[in-house]
Amino acid sequence: MAPDRSLFWEEENTLIISDLHLGKSGHFRKAGIAIPQKVQVGDLQRLIAALYFYKAERLIIVGDFTHSVMNKELDLFSKWRKDFSQLKIDLVKGNHDILEEQWYEDNNMELHPWQLEIGDFGFRHEDKRYHKALDPIKAPFTFSGHVHPAYLLKGRGKQALKFPCFYFTKDGCTLPAFSHFTGGHLVEPEKNEQVYAIVENEVMLMR
Amino acid sequence: MASPASDTVPLTDTPGYAVIHEWLAEKGHQPFLFQEQTWQHIIHRKSGLVNAPTGCGKTFSVFLGVLIDFINQHPDDFHSKKNNGPRLLWISPLRALAKDIGRAMEEVIAELGLSWKVGIRNGDTDMAERARQKKQMPEILLITPESLHLLLAQKGYPALFSTLQLIAVDEWHELLGSKRGVQVELAITRILHSMDRANVAAVWGISATIGNLDEAREVLLAPVKSIAGHKPVDETPFGETVKAQLQKQIEIESIIPDEIEKYPWAGHLGIKLAHKLIPILMQSRTTLIFINTRGMSETWYQTLLTVCPDLAGSIALHHSSIDMELRNWIEDNLHSGNLKAVVCTASLDLGVDFRPVDTVIQVGSPKGVARFLQRAGRSGHSPDAVSKIFFLPTHSLELMEVAALKLAIEEKIIESRVPQVLCFDVLLQYLNTIAISEGFDPEEAYREVTATWCYRMLTETEWRELIFFITEGGHAMQQYDEFKKVEMENGRCVIKSRRVAMRHRMHIGTIVSDAMLKVKFLSGGYVGVIEEYFISRLDPGDVFTLAGRNLEFLMIKDMTALVKKSSAKKSIVPSWGGGRMPLSANLGRKLRQALDKSMQQTLLPEDVELTVLQPLLKLQASLSHVPSVNQLLIEHIETKDGFHLFVYPFEGRLVHEAMAAILAWRISRIQPITFSFAMNDYGFELLSDQPIPLDDTNAYELFSPDNLLTDIQRSVNSTEMARRKFRDIAVIGGLIFQGMPGEKKKARHLQSSASLLFNVFSEYDSGNILLRQAFQEVLDQQMEEVRLRDMLQRIQNSEIIIRFPEQLTPFCFPVKVDSMREDLSSEKLEDRVRKMQQQLKQ
Repeated sequence: MAPDRSLFWEEENTLIISDLHLGKSGHFRKAGIAIPQKVQVGDLQRLIAALYFYKAERLIIVGDFTHSVMNKELDLFSKWRKDFSQLKIDLVKGNHDILEEQWYEDNNMELHPWQLEIGDFGFRHEDKRYHKALDPIKAPFTFSGHVHPAYLLKGRGKQALKFPCFYFTKDGCTLPAFSHFTGGHLVEPEKNEQVYAIVENEVMLMR
Repeated sequence: MASPASDTVPLTDTPGYAVIHEWLAEKGHQPFLFQEQTWQHIIHRKSGLVNAPTGCGKTFSVFLGVLIDFINQHPDDFHSKKNNGPRLLWISPLRALAKDIGRAMEEVIAELGLSWKVGIRNGDTDMAERARQKKQMPEILLITPESLHLLLAQKGYPALFSTLQLIAVDEWHELLGSKRGVQVELAITRILHSMDRANVAAVWGISATIGNLDEAREVLLAPVKSIAGHKPVDETPFGETVKAQLQKQIEIESIIPDEIEKYPWAGHLGIKLAHKLIPILMQSRTTLIFINTRGMSETWYQTLLTVCPDLAGSIALHHSSIDMELRNWIEDNLHSGNLKAVVCTASLDLGVDFRPVDTVIQVGSPKGVARFLQRAGRSGHSPDAVSKIFFLPTHSLELMEVAALKLAIEEKIIESRVPQVLCFDVLLQYLNTIAISEGFDPEEAYREVTATWCYRMLTETEWRELIFFITEGGHAMQQYDEFKKVEMENGRCVIKSRRVAMRHRMHIGTIVSDAMLKVKFLSGGYVGVIEEYFISRLDPGDVFTLAGRNLEFLMIKDMTALVKKSSAKKSIVPSWGGGRMPLSANLGRKLRQALDKSMQQTLLPEDVELTVLQPLLKLQASLSHVPSVNQLLIEHIETKDGFHLFVYPFEGRLVHEAMAAILAWRISRIQPITFSFAMNDYGFELLSDQPIPLDDTNAYELFSPDNLLTDIQRSVNSTEMARRKFRDIAVIGGLIFQGMPGEKKKARHLQSSASLLFNVFSEYDSGNILLRQAFQEVLDQQMEEVRLRDMLQRIQNSEIIIRFPEQLTPFCFPVKVDSMREDLSSEKLEDRVRKMQQQLKQ
């Protein structure tokens, strides 16, 4: 786990991230709300830095790679993709990934509409294993995203600080949203579940 | 159009004056001097400010002036002349005010036999009326600042205002100092600049007495002054000031508790004194009971009914979260005198007069002289009647505040309203508004905007940044950008997207409130509104109090909380958001003088508050010291909690908060030490686990005004404070999309939180103007930097008294209790406080 909100799987040489929401600031700006565009460029740069740092061969994104329909920020990604063509990218489709399948193909991304299983591990956008209507997942341990988990640390004097976090239950791990331009949903861990919060440049075990 | 009466023609010789004078005489009235003075100025097309208390004809001073002017221009056919186009634009801060004033104006017009129409334009105006107004504008338009900006967002607005003779701003003292006041300034500069130069409308403000009346006039008239050819930096006074020489007699009586607690603490004494109110209510015709918070007003309403069940049906509860219809009903019944008493909050501070009201009760400190006077003035309305106000303290030290208030009123010391400057958020909103309708030329707009007081110091660089922000979306990588809001077309900035325009119209306004939920009975029937935050903490089945009723919470459906009546005894009283008002600087100074007086002079019978406080003050003097005007008291006390340092500057909560942080930081440079803080309006506390190294060798140095700014930045968590300020700024500036009314969920993909935006801007666009504004607002409003500096200066010139009492003193007790409040529920707090009081008595 790294404070840049990614997870590195050493044996497989694979970097796992979630909820990049690429093109979100562009989507806002198109609607006339002035969000600095650099925030998304920054997200991409952090991703590239992480890939270089681990020398990862494979990138798994557990959903919500893009935020909305096509916009020019995605072109920036396409351009970068061409320079990085040897990297294998798997995208497990999330609720925000609504682009034409052709686009993913053009960008040399392998699309998994529902889930991806590697060995004992599963990768899904939302871990809905408790929904009976859906197929039960075979893998015992699933990595997912979607909720943008965050942990609220309360202190004396009505102080409270909110941090994005990795949230571990007995069945899986929910990853924090990779993009800085995202909100967070507070998790309330049960006993024997763990929360690793990202505090500035450190990953700290909260409980 | 006829030219205005020339300067040499006296008012009394004009036909209009004759008509009005005759009409008044028929009713047995005589115009007041200040009214005639105003009329004279108005027929000479001058601008100015009328200063008069409520209830003595200030409305007529301006309104009748416009009529006289009209009659003068059309002496022969003024009865029959119809559809004259708008002549008078009447801006008022309250919707409720517009209704009553409109009614009064219509009466006059009917009695004079004019063919004028009066129109009201605000959020409550229905579509049919709006359509009628669009076809033919009424001669008099009553409007709120928000609705005025909405008019500016309509295509063709300059034509609407082309016939305007006068713009009147009612209750200007209320608007001044708020961002709504800035909205008024911007609207006035736009309207005046859109008019024919030869026939620019006059501007008149109507204001109650405030400390800076002259400044208030200059702020309002800045655009007029600029059009008249003065430079923005020109400091010569401009415009007329008309003062009503009506002195209102005010009688203040404190309700004295039977026993003075020597260890006072806030929040429990008031209710115990409720039975003392009953005789007062019985002796008066109608009473207004002012409570400082909505939550406490609910409690008081219940308590009064418990103490005196006979009152049921003849008392009511009025605050801003109560259903509009119910409030209107209460106001109507106040007019007719059907209600014996109304428990209310600041919601009844303003507005038309309720004639039957002859008594006012203020519960708890009003925190400022102006507010106290305003409330007192709500009783005894005829100009020569005496306003009677009772004061009920919520803890015994508040009696001292009454003594201070009396001193201040005697010396006519009243707070100033400091006008806001350089509110970029309001300006951004305004620029979008005028870009929707007619568009604007950036250079022209710069001249217009800098003609206002608020933006007269706006630099060209800042202006370019603003234009850059709305057209390009601020700093971004241009080559990949699709930012679309305001576009340049033939040198004019316009908004072409209808969606953006529609979204913007929904967001015009500067009052940012929390998400509110309606509260309705399951069986139908509307109760009021309540913060989403409060409801979200309730479980179905919980009982809470709203509008004086016990309600059981059932569920939330479509942004509405459904409830049913409950007979449960215990209920939760909602705590509404909204800051506690700090003590004003004037009242703080008077408080120090009152203390001084209580120790130095022989007290007269009228100093009853100070007399009953003598036991408390004597105890304070024997344990520690009672500071005189030019002394600052510091107490070192050791208890089992640790080492306490109490300081009493009497400067109000906000200044104390900042000062506590700065002092803590300065001490921590002497030696490593950790503190926790507590403060109230009188003083603050630093608490540590080790002795605090402050003594007479370093006291002056620690309270030095040198390096104040850097110390503030290092000590106080100004980033956190700015983050809180940024929320409002982002909403006003249009960065946060709150959704369409009724369909809150649909635009979710465009929603983001202010806190997230704050992080994103801080990291990627740290020079952003809105971000800069947030930090500036913290310094000016949150920390009251000027006042902080004044206080330190004062301390440098006064004597610092350091005492080491053996036990807690009466002064420090309320501060100590406030600090315990944080982590205890109120019931436990009561037990603990009682225990502490017991221990101290032994």
